[in-house]
Amino acid sequence: MAGLELLSDEGYRVDGRRAGELRKVRARMGVFAQADGSAYIEQGNTKALAVVYGPHEMRGSRSKALHDRALVNCQYSMATFSTGERKRRPHGDRKSSEMTLHLKQTFEAAILTQLYPRSQIDIYVQILQADGGNYCACVNAATLATIDAGIPMRDYVCASSAGFIEDTPLADLNYVEEAAGGPQVALALLPKSDQIALLEMNSRLHEDHLEQVIEAASKACKDVYAVLDQVVRDHVHEVTTLLGE
Amino acid sequence: MASVVLSEAEKVYIVHGIQEDLRVDGRGCEDYRCIEVETDVVSNTSGSARVKLGHTDILVGVKAEMGTPKLENPNEGYLEFFVDCSANATPEFEGRGGEELATEIVNTLYRIFSNESTIDVKSLCINPREHCWVLYVDVLLLECGGNLFDAISIAVKAALFNTRIPKVRVLEDEEGSKEIELSDDPYDCIRLNVENVPCIITLSKIGCRHVVDATLQEEACSLASLLLSVTSRGTLTCMKKLGNGSLDPESIFEMMETGKRVGKMLHTSLQKILDKEESLGTTRQKVGFLG
Repeated sequence: MAGLELLSDEGYRVDGRRAGELRKVRARMGVFAQADGSAYIEQGNTKALAVVYGPHEMRGSRSKALHDRALVNCQYSMATFSTGERKRRPHGDRKSSEMTLHLKQTFEAAILTQLYPRSQIDIYVQILQADGGNYCACVNAATLATIDAGIPMRDYVCASSAGFIEDTPLADLNYVEEAAGGPQVALALLPKSDQIALLEMNSRLHEDHLEQVIEAASKACKDVYAVLDQVVRDHVHEVTTLLGE
Repeated sequence: MASVVLSEAEKVYIVHGIQEDLRVDGRGCEDYRCIEVETDVVSNTSGSARVKLGHTDILVGVKAEMGTPKLENPNEGYLEFFVDCSANATPEFEGRGGEELATEIVNTLYRIFSNESTIDVKSLCINPREHCWVLYVDVLLLECGGNLFDAISIAVKAALFNTRIPKVRVLEDEEGSKEIELSDDPYDCIRLNVENVPCIITLSKIGCRHVVDATLQEEACSLASLLLSVTSRGTLTCMKKLGNGSLDPESIFEMMETGKRVGKMLHTSLQKILDKEESLGTTRQKVGFLG
């Protein structure tokens, strides 16, 4: 797009945010009654739904059961109407399989799988509207859903993306900024201990700038953590009030 | 289909209750559960709707794209259906597990919409034989709580009502080649007339009576169900029997009468809600999954 500045001279981005500002995050836990845990998150215009089933007995082949820990099984799928161009297959294509593996890796680092040997935990994430930061919204939604299911975790897993334009790191990229082709970093962080669960970088970035960008992404993750923590506390408060305690 | 395991005692309890016109949640045999309908939930689409019928949750998105008309009908546009039984509903739908159910639902939707009076497909034509609007109707099954077909048909009707197709003008220049121009105003669009779009009513036979809007537990007790597609005027456009048991002809006629009655009421309530949403216009507060 000719003439579309990702960062204006006054420091405003395409949607009017500042460089380190996140999009508006709204979330809700316990969306579906039939699943063990469920959550819905909106990060700007990106909408993601996560559902957790488990821990339960291994479905399918018993031989895949791990003798000392639980197996985390994920599926990432995008609704066919979620993107601007209609997507023909919701899941099963390469991008979705890659995202599935990333989610699995992220949550195996966070969930205390040693507590449930020979069992399976299913995490299913659905993107309803894609406007950049799909993976990050998925991770955040899945964290809330896992907490809703009562599965013990080491810490929250918060994810955020970051980019780098004109010597300034940008936090929480939307679709327009992602499509521009600049360097992007996706980071999944365990906020309290500052441990990185997943780090992925695309395009070309000079190693001198890497630290700045990771810093920006970490700060964004901690901001997301503050919001998610509030959502969880409000939800627990609401549920206990309804139970009359 | 997502199913529950019921003991014999539970089944007997449900069957005996229905014989007295009293279901487990206190409804009568012809009552629906509370239905929540909301349109315009997803912004990337030309039209969308979300329907929550008890524990059944359906999201439908309609995308209008430009395509070439089919050879058999060169003056008409067409609708393409796609159903995704997502793993959210039950872990059995992971990967390709939900395809069987999805195919069944898609075939039923095609049969209902193949009737030419349902949607005016001639209005979707831009240039005969060259350009037409193709409406991709995508159904996403989020939660399975019984009575899928009814919820899906309500959602499809609401989504089609909400669909806004941009107005196009065909410009012809001197050499005879046609150019399609999209109007600049994003609010300048054509709406579809969904008066004749039918709703599916599923009647399940439990014991010797039939019930409307069966929950998962009731579906586990029913021997056979009849799927009827009823328009707002009470006309039956499609009928299908589902299930392993058999039905005798008198019960089929009784079920048809109940279906027509219930169908007309469902259409009037749905139209009232859609008109109310429409009248609120842009001031309507969008709730979506957050409410």
